[in-house]
Amino acid sequence: MACFLVPAAEAVVTTIAAKVMKSKEVNPETVKVQIDGEGLVEAEKLSFSKKLGWLNKLLWGGSGLLAFEHVWHGEVVPWFPFLTAASNPTDAAEMLQEMSTVGVTMAVLVTAVWAGMLAVSSVIEKKAQKALPAKN
Amino acid sequence: MTLLTTTFAAVICTALWYKGAPKSEMKVGVLCWLYWGASLMWLVDAIFEYAELHEKYFTPAPADMLNDFYLGLSVVALGLVIWLIVLLVKDPKGVVKAALFRRKN
Repeated sequence: MACFLVPAAEAVVTTIAAKVMKSKEVNPETVKVQIDGEGLVEAEKLSFSKKLGWLNKLLWGGSGLLAFEHVWHGEVVPWFPFLTAASNPTDAAEMLQEMSTVGVTMAVLVTAVWAGMLAVSSVIEKKAQKALPAKN
Repeated sequence: MTLLTTTFAAVICTALWYKGAPKSEMKVGVLCWLYWGASLMWLVDAIFEYAELHEKYFTPAPADMLNDFYLGLSVVALGLVIWLIVLLVKDPKGVVKAALFRRKN
């Protein structure tokens, strides 16, 4: 009905947060790592705002394509109130129920997957830096 | 079917992204984010539907399946159009710029 609105709302918040963080970041942390089997190269560590960008892209991409599905099913229309379920109280209650269950779960799952990506990338970064002293 | 279609699209795009990385000249990463985001959200939809229908979830009516597949293909097409717009606007290879400006001899 309108479950995509929950991840879309999260996307708005995380996009603003990423912009604020980016404006406050000064110098990116630089480290020496071995990339592509080349020698040691000085590389900038990916900032948190860029990693937050991954979540933004997942949320915007997903909710955008889901919005299209809702247009396909006639649940979103180009005239007021834009959501067909919002035109009568019974459907509106059902819509809010769906947003609070399916919509919230969607936002939580996408965020959990992003958290997993953060954890994996952190392990890869640490491994790349740990491997250096042994090789030199 | 919609979930399956977008998941296949996401997997194929991720493989293509990995093949072209780290150059990213074709901006395939945009497609990966779009399709993975949608796949995750449709997975939740599928879980809730399964909780309601149980084993009937796996035996949809042919007409529903066809409509869902049609929707899935349309979603993939929309994703491709969004990607093309991003590619042409960002123009990482400078092709659009080169087409707009001709070098003076």
